[in-house]
Amino acid sequence: MANLINTQGPVQDTELTTVTLEQWQEEKASFAGQSLELTVSSDQTADLFGEDAANFARISIDFPKFADGRGYSAARLLREKYKYTGELRAVGDVLIDQVFFMKRCGFDTYALREDQIVEDAIAAFSTFTNPYQNDVHDQRPLFRRRLS
Amino acid sequence: MYVYDQYDQQLLNERVAQFKGQMERYLDGKISEEEFLPLRLQNGIYVQRYAPMLRVAVPYGALNSAQVRKLAYVARTYDKGYAHISTRQNVQFNWPELEQCPQILADLAEVQMHAVQTSGNCIRNTTTDEYAGVIAEEIVDPRPYCEIIRQWSTFHPEFAFLPRKFKIAVNAVPGQDRAAITMHDIGINIVKNDAGDIGYRVLVGGGLGRTPILGEEICAFLPEEDLLTYLDAVIRVYNQFGRRDNKYKARIKILVKALGVDRMRELVEEEFNRLKDCEGKLTQAELERVKQHFIDPEYKTLSDNPAELTAAKEENKAFSRWMERNVRQHKKAGYAVVTLTLKQIGTPPGDITAEQLDQVADLADEYSFGELRSTHNQNLVLADVEQTELFGLWQKLKSLGMATPTLGLLTDMICCPGGDFCALANAKSIPVAEAIQARFENLDYLWDLGEIDLNISGCMNACGHHHVGNIGVLGVDKKGEEFYQVSLGGNSGGNDADGSSLGKILGPSFAREAMPDVIAKILDFYVDQRTDGESFLEVYRRVGHTPFKEAVYGKPD
Repeated sequence: MANLINTQGPVQDTELTTVTLEQWQEEKASFAGQSLELTVSSDQTADLFGEDAANFARISIDFPKFADGRGYSAARLLREKYKYTGELRAVGDVLIDQVFFMKRCGFDTYALREDQIVEDAIAAFSTFTNPYQNDVHDQRPLFRRRLS
Repeated sequence: MYVYDQYDQQLLNERVAQFKGQMERYLDGKISEEEFLPLRLQNGIYVQRYAPMLRVAVPYGALNSAQVRKLAYVARTYDKGYAHISTRQNVQFNWPELEQCPQILADLAEVQMHAVQTSGNCIRNTTTDEYAGVIAEEIVDPRPYCEIIRQWSTFHPEFAFLPRKFKIAVNAVPGQDRAAITMHDIGINIVKNDAGDIGYRVLVGGGLGRTPILGEEICAFLPEEDLLTYLDAVIRVYNQFGRRDNKYKARIKILVKALGVDRMRELVEEEFNRLKDCEGKLTQAELERVKQHFIDPEYKTLSDNPAELTAAKEENKAFSRWMERNVRQHKKAGYAVVTLTLKQIGTPPGDITAEQLDQVADLADEYSFGELRSTHNQNLVLADVEQTELFGLWQKLKSLGMATPTLGLLTDMICCPGGDFCALANAKSIPVAEAIQARFENLDYLWDLGEIDLNISGCMNACGHHHVGNIGVLGVDKKGEEFYQVSLGGNSGGNDADGSSLGKILGPSFAREAMPDVIAKILDFYVDQRTDGESFLEVYRRVGHTPFKEAVYGKPD
């Protein structure tokens, strides 16, 4: 079992009705009134479900292999283009050395692969103090944050 | 050159700490081999044939003397006493111990050096003209733009796990392509529009490797401040839609070919239009801040061709030859740009010893404001030498073996480390380079041949840029034996912005021993065919491929 964490430490999972993108697209109406989690695979790009994102309390994006970086763009687009404000969860091959990037792209919970050490992952959220780029949490790149 | 402030240094120090921790977890067995791979690659560490290789970043080829001395220290302390200049202007060490790499990176961080993103499926070192800032022809100095790209790409949160590696190059000289931008994932040509505004002509989808393709124009004029948001848009499209099922089809060039450049442009522009006015947009203040690091040094008021230089050239034939070949016009009167060739016979192209590094650092301090550049042709450059000092500098370089007057000539080859070091290689490349250097060492002959790019790669990955050599040599493996395939007619742009071309394969491959003879036949045919000082490439383009083929293989019956 994966260990569910946020930047502060382990968190309890919340029970939601889980739907895949295919299920959602086929039978949208049948899920009316439910609190939903959408699960998407790494090849389901944000343009396929971004407009519907507000229907979900949680969107879980799968990283089938840590080297598959599509989920970073999906998360960022959900937050910045589709203005998704619900919970964004990274699932699958979620490793210590990725969580800092994931956080910056807009994930807020992480289903850490079970062999990963939770304390090390929590520490990894503060790997860099002042990154160069803008991100989901701060729209200003370092060049707008630098004190001259 | 760019000097780190507290933010840059803090980021680098945090990187050193991060990798130290990753190495500890790896050595403790907490990270698997497979999962450690991208972590070490993004810190420049390959595991090679005999030992790990550490590739140290030299952003756009800029070095200062303190950094060069540190490289000498690393070569001496952790390696076998030498370093290698790569075709991406970086510096490679072939023999460090894996466990020592975190300490090497800590040592390098003291002089603002690192190995960040010198490998792996991420945005690599941005390259540019080795003469940036000192030649009159450029529209602006491209280095501040490269530095801005470097900062934007460093630890980019979204683009650390791209489908494949991603390389960007910048050219700023109109009518020329001084950074081989057509062969990059993104090629940026800094241009001025009719209104006099600075902007960029952007190419996308170029690359060498298994499927060599020249980049296509995706944007004819991108305003100066849109640089980073546009790059974000291009790479975001690539990250989502680039192929990940086959690493040989994963570069952006394959995506651009599959979609067509027009569809690619639509996707990019849709994303870019959303981003372009957000806070990610580059500011004039930032451009100005970074440009301040690249303002001219305190040049003296001098004039060109001082009497002592003219006299020295007249008295000394060897010196005048070196002047003609290895010394270039500087934008400032009384100064010159000097290339130090690392192509001595008996030494692999681009290799430099720790002692030479120390001595070169001293020369940089004495003659060139303490700065030095590395080039994609695997040489070094002292960019700001007073013309009155050239004779003295030449004498010192001669004793260091760095004054071979062959810049741009046949023996100024580009050559990857090949099968002697690289685990990917199909064949050795250094012995081929050495055999060719030994065969064609006669300077009069080399001078008579004129400018020829001879590029050698030990495998399809094309680190030796064989596709764009006027003569390209590719090592291939045939049933466990090493053979060499020759191609002709490649060109990386250079003095002609539209002159880039990919070489065409001449015919069946050759055994290593045959290579000097094969090259000789090609050269003899060229000499026989040329008129009025035509270059090799000009003759090849005029007479065509088949006559060269027949000159090497004989006429078909």
